[in-house]
Amino acid sequence: MKRADLRKLGARIVHWSVLFVFTVLLAFPFYWMLIAAFKQNLDLYTVENNPFIFNARPTLDHLRLLFNETRFVRWLGNTALVGVIVVAITLLLAMPAAYALARLTGRWGQRLGIGIFLTYLVPPTLLFIPLSRVVAILGLQDTIWSVVLVYPSFTVPFSIWLLMAFFKSIPKELEDAAMVDGLTRFGAFVKLVIPISVSGILTVVIFTFTLVTQEFVYALTFISPESNQMVGVGIPIFLVRGDVYFWGSLMAACLIASLPVALVYNMFLDRFIAGFTVGAVK
Amino acid sequence: MAIGRPKIKSLQAAESPLLGGAMFSPAVLYIVLLIGAPFVLAIFYAFSDARIGSTTLHFVGLENFRSILQSPSFRKALQNSIVFTICAQAIVVVCSTMLSIALEKKFRGRGLLRFLILLPWVAPVSLGSIGWKWILDSIYSVITWVLVWLHFYKPYGAPMWLGQPHLAMASVILVHCWRLIPFATVVMLAGSSAIPKEIPEAAAIDGAGFWRTLFQIKIPMMLPIINVAVLFGTIFTFTDMTVVYILTAGGPFDSTQTLPSLAFATGIQGSDLAAGAAISLFLVPVLVVIAYLMLRMAHRAEVV
Repeated sequence: MKRADLRKLGARIVHWSVLFVFTVLLAFPFYWMLIAAFKQNLDLYTVENNPFIFNARPTLDHLRLLFNETRFVRWLGNTALVGVIVVAITLLLAMPAAYALARLTGRWGQRLGIGIFLTYLVPPTLLFIPLSRVVAILGLQDTIWSVVLVYPSFTVPFSIWLLMAFFKSIPKELEDAAMVDGLTRFGAFVKLVIPISVSGILTVVIFTFTLVTQEFVYALTFISPESNQMVGVGIPIFLVRGDVYFWGSLMAACLIASLPVALVYNMFLDRFIAGFTVGAVK
Repeated sequence: MAIGRPKIKSLQAAESPLLGGAMFSPAVLYIVLLIGAPFVLAIFYAFSDARIGSTTLHFVGLENFRSILQSPSFRKALQNSIVFTICAQAIVVVCSTMLSIALEKKFRGRGLLRFLILLPWVAPVSLGSIGWKWILDSIYSVITWVLVWLHFYKPYGAPMWLGQPHLAMASVILVHCWRLIPFATVVMLAGSSAIPKEIPEAAAIDGAGFWRTLFQIKIPMMLPIINVAVLFGTIFTFTDMTVVYILTAGGPFDSTQTLPSLAFATGIQGSDLAAGAAISLFLVPVLVVIAYLMLRMAHRAEVV
């Protein structure tokens, strides 16, 4: 009996130490951003100081610099604007397509659906060179409209895939009943299917928005003026003057820009994962 | 299907092709124009002498491929892309299997813990990478501080993590792992929750110990979902340029250059669109293999 108890205790210790070690390793950079964001420069740049604690009083100087003397707020605004427009485009394109694939086109729907999912696997690093010419020819270079045009190319395929699964879970009888009551198929889609799919649509909205804030390659390639940047490129590229890194402000900016996205994404994560796992989970 | 309602069924059959087509063609058109067409254009550029700023374009056959295959930078980039991807996936699979098993049981504070563990994946990758650049700084690195404090190195005697080829490569792999472990963990959690609880329990009752249950029952049953995590992880690592670009920009001396970062340096920064396009086309074989494997898995899941 004693041996079994010891074993149980051992298992618990292993369990908790695995959790502890991984949590610390994975979350550490964010703790590091937090502490750097409030440290005085003298404290930050003295090699002898214990870097884990505040050796001098915390300061708001870095935040002040960030908000008053850089384009940080502008970048946040650009990103939010692009996010909203891309969400609108994505919904307009993906909702009808997903419904059509889920309901109307029968056996072909399955194949087309998988085809669309596969286009999600095409990475920006394969397409950014030709797209940079397309953007230049259309005269969109250096404006946020370049990314507004291109971002739906990776948000639409995955959104169709997510919504398709969602629409399929709605009982067909509901629509049939509505159609017997005189609605057309399209009418049933707009007045019945969309309202009861709000949570699925919300997932797509969040997903699209987070992808817009996470994108780096296209924004770096298409946009060069500092004031038109997206937040994901502006912070790592333009908060550096020459070779001088303003680490305090840089870390504050990273934290401010990533935490809200992380919080919201986290809430919807299980749905995205269900989309990722294709059909391997049943 | 609604067998008892022939009226609806005929209605559906009559209107479906037209309405269905009208509903999904805008999305398909968009995808064709912004993914299909640029892809064809990339192939076209790779066989031409396209440059930023030049308006004429000539067909040059395999010339671009010949010159990039001879360039040492390209060979290093190809090698790095493969090494980074394989190393990162190996580490990610081991770590996330452990972590997902540890997270399986419900306990108090699990939600908060999951959020902290997920942070690297849900935060924008360029911002996480810049955080690491500060952690790996040549002078103020916290890792250096700890090693000096533990007397492994004399003050100012520690290596520069991003300044020496092998350490820089290790750093890039480390950051990729840091970012992918959370993703792989949640994918595996989703998978392991689908395994019927009775099977491992029955094995335990029959006298199989923890390790035996783990290696002979749990992990084999989780294999399909581990495959999904590895396939996506491979794409995310192999085609990524953000981590490398921010941490090292391919340096020192091309030692961390990957195919995407070299394509960017050549095609955009170096204005040689043709060579850049040719380099990025080397991503395609890997993508095709992964797409094939995913299709096979999706197919098998349907049959079962």
